[in-house]
Amino acid sequence: MPADNHKLTTLEMARFVADGFLRFDALIPAAINEAVIEELRLLEENKINQIVGLPADAGGPPRPASLTPLSQCYPAPSVLGAMLRLPEVQGIIESLVGPDPLFDHDFVHRLPAGSTYKQHLHVDAVVDSTHPGFDIQLFYFPHDVAAGAGGTRFVPATHLRRTRAEGVSRFQHLLGEQQFSGSAGTLMVFHHGLWHAGQPNPSDVDRWMYKIRLNPRVSQVKRWNLADFDRVHNDASDHTFALMRHDSVAQVFRSMQPWQKGHESRYEQMQRARLWRYLSNDQGFDVDYYHTRIEQRDRLAGERH
Amino acid sequence: MAVRQQILYLWLAEGALDTETVGWALHDGSGGKGPGLPETEPPYTSGLAALEDGWCLLQSPAPYPLYPGAEHEVSYLANEFLFERRVEV
Repeated sequence: MPADNHKLTTLEMARFVADGFLRFDALIPAAINEAVIEELRLLEENKINQIVGLPADAGGPPRPASLTPLSQCYPAPSVLGAMLRLPEVQGIIESLVGPDPLFDHDFVHRLPAGSTYKQHLHVDAVVDSTHPGFDIQLFYFPHDVAAGAGGTRFVPATHLRRTRAEGVSRFQHLLGEQQFSGSAGTLMVFHHGLWHAGQPNPSDVDRWMYKIRLNPRVSQVKRWNLADFDRVHNDASDHTFALMRHDSVAQVFRSMQPWQKGHESRYEQMQRARLWRYLSNDQGFDVDYYHTRIEQRDRLAGERH
Repeated sequence: MAVRQQILYLWLAEGALDTETVGWALHDGSGGKGPGLPETEPPYTSGLAALEDGWCLLQSPAPYPLYPGAEHEVSYLANEFLFERRVEV
């Protein structure tokens, strides 16, 4: 899987850490987009059959089991497999979760034309452990989705909030929330913790979307294209209230979403810095000195006098 | 003429009622027969603006003790203010 030429840059990785998603418009070629919907239709039918206890014999590619390496999922001639094996897609996946991650699950999300089904905001699965490692979820839209026509709604930069899956349903709207619309072949990549919700589809065409969750099976440290790393990875002195850089990872982490106002943003920066410490393998990394100040004091407190 | 309750949640930028609205939710016991609010933009710029429009404050968030080791965690939006308005239908 030749992913090397399509890996993310350090600044793209930093943007993912800050916002919890990346968007790649019209990344998947038309030949795949046009052929994949028939395969998605079969996968959906088999999934529903399995859920209701009927034989999953609609045809189509074999459905992978959880814990299967991605390289073994959807072998040729699967169109879905061709999408997942595109070098561009492999580069994104490998940058975020390392080579050949494990298949967690996938799902075909078809919203029939005129569907009024509307989800509350939620986080998938259950509340996380405290380890900063993460899964990714690919959201693949194989056809054009017009504004308001059933695109997934999501709230940028909610991914580092430690919440229970349904506990965020009370938030009907947050400033800066987005609803996907875009061109055929667009791929969205979410951190698994990003708050999102399915929306009604008042249009007159079915809306198809394929989602797949992938688990890393190796460390996620420095898996991306590191050509710009030394230039943009700042040290702990990059500090708004002292001397700051405008071209660094820290500067990416300073940008907040409209719902992140006031002093709350300082804690967001600390969480972003914590995740970047893991990804960059630099336990001294910081943004605006919040960790460093406390850690220096803690070290002094631990010294014998 | 019956009275029904409309409930408005505002999540504000900070713990003070006059700080900026960053999130909102409306639950309308009148089934749409009472006055409505815009859905795609904040109905009020702050909690104080809601008071000035006649909403009654039912609950505001109290400062809470911090759990040792979790002082820097982020979780649910904490600055949650709950309002009601009673409308005749």
